[in-house]
Amino acid sequence: MENMYVKDVSVIFPGRHKGEEVHALDSINLTINSGDLVVALGASGCGKTTLLSLMAGFISPSKGELLLGDHRIAGPGSDRGVVFQKHALLPWLNVIDNAEFGLKLQGVPGPKRTEIAKRNLELVGLQDFHKHMIYQLSGGMQQRVGIARALTCDPAMLLMDEPMAALDALTRETIQELLLDVWKKTNKMIFFITHSVEEALFLATRLIVMSPRPGRITHSYELDFSRRFLETRNAREVKSSPDFIEMREHILNIIYGDEKALETAPEVVHA
Amino acid sequence: MSTTTPIPRKGIRLFAKKPAKPGDVFGSPGHGGSSVISVTTVAVLFLMWLAATNLGWIKPLFLPSPQAVFEKFISVATQGFANSTLLEHTMISLARVFGAFLIACATAIPIGVLMGVSRFARGIFDPPIEFYRPLPPLAYLPLIIIWFGIGEFSKVFLIYLAIFAPLAIAARSGVRSVSMEQIHAAYSMGASRKQIVFYVILKSALPEIFTGMRIGIGVGWTTLVAAEMVAATRGLGFMVLNAAEFLASDVVIMGIIVIGFFAFCFDLLMRYAERLMVPWKGKV
Repeated sequence: MENMYVKDVSVIFPGRHKGEEVHALDSINLTINSGDLVVALGASGCGKTTLLSLMAGFISPSKGELLLGDHRIAGPGSDRGVVFQKHALLPWLNVIDNAEFGLKLQGVPGPKRTEIAKRNLELVGLQDFHKHMIYQLSGGMQQRVGIARALTCDPAMLLMDEPMAALDALTRETIQELLLDVWKKTNKMIFFITHSVEEALFLATRLIVMSPRPGRITHSYELDFSRRFLETRNAREVKSSPDFIEMREHILNIIYGDEKALETAPEVVHA
Repeated sequence: MSTTTPIPRKGIRLFAKKPAKPGDVFGSPGHGGSSVISVTTVAVLFLMWLAATNLGWIKPLFLPSPQAVFEKFISVATQGFANSTLLEHTMISLARVFGAFLIACATAIPIGVLMGVSRFARGIFDPPIEFYRPLPPLAYLPLIIIWFGIGEFSKVFLIYLAIFAPLAIAARSGVRSVSMEQIHAAYSMGASRKQIVFYVILKSALPEIFTGMRIGIGVGWTTLVAAEMVAATRGLGFMVLNAAEFLASDVVIMGIIVIGFFAFCFDLLMRYAERLMVPWKGKV
């Protein structure tokens, strides 16, 4: 089982219009172990999307390095599956073809890859929708195909960039619970970005709070609300329990503190 | 002093805003179907043509009557004009346009895609394409005659050039409009650059490529008449030009109608092909 190591990573963007350099990330150190569900939370511009892009291999750090197991991350690859905010599915393919796309790229023969894709689609509850076209599905179902697609390549790690942001509140809760079930069954490392404190607390085994300018990890918490849900199967009870609410207020205070600091700052930073 | 229902003045009642019926959108501009109106317009124009010519308002030389045009249609179809029947004229014109179109598709689409994915290809092909694209084919037609003579090649080449530029540009534009997230998704599933081009970019660019093909076949058909000025002896464009020299305006009008009919058919064909091959257009 490989772990993800982020070692002393900094990302510096050159200044726009002769402005100052932007320190999107500054000396980040993070280890994600197998079985972890790490959620990154923070005010706009704190660098969480940059961190995900680094782990996915879309950008390289200005300083430091990222390792998966013992090899350096030098670009995107099928060992790190990505789930995007706006599904990024291919509209000319139906559900099953989208789900097995990664295996097709690797040259896996048809029947075998269809079998694997079918299993993953069943995992996300879409076993009756194989031949549907993407644009015939609701937002929640599209996102589920996105998850099934990422899982089909059997990556060591799932990177999820605000995957519920484009969904309505009710669908969001359903997919959150689905994600925890999938995580429990597949035991993959997950790195998840969100703006929702409640979602972060519900899902994370480890919650990291980041702050902007420069992007840093300021707080890290070990949580067990996700395990509690998997045992009791009662999300409402978990989300309304006193320690959950207390934790939520605590985190919100940290984040609001950061946002107030942002308002008085002279330059706006874009994440 | 207020009334419950304001009395609309007759003059402005035409533009008064009524609340929308259920299912309609309030205030949407140009709301409602227009096909009945269009059919009526065509019928009225045809009747005006019929009246103007049969009642002697316009001389037959300027505007032949519909019957005269129809009679000429039958006569050219059976006995021919300038040693060829209407069918022969039509076939050779179709062959020229379709030949040029197919060769243009086979060359312009790959080059356009290449321009989209490679800055070297862009740097190389941009200058010549952007230079000759705005030129009307009639302007460089004499050059083609000097270089290649007055044979079949020159005609097809002229039409080919007219189709090439808009098609290549459409293909390139299609490539540039690919969703970055789809590309990122494919890379994060282990795709190679070649796979990205063939499995994502080409498919994603299809809608714009089809638009380019529709424009291309339209432009090609328009250039046909210019191409058939190159010492042709057969063809619809030749037929129209030749008849014009003899002031046979009934043949001219008949020829124009036949040309217009085929242009319309091509467009319908391309639209049907597009719906078949790109069913996701506009849906995601």
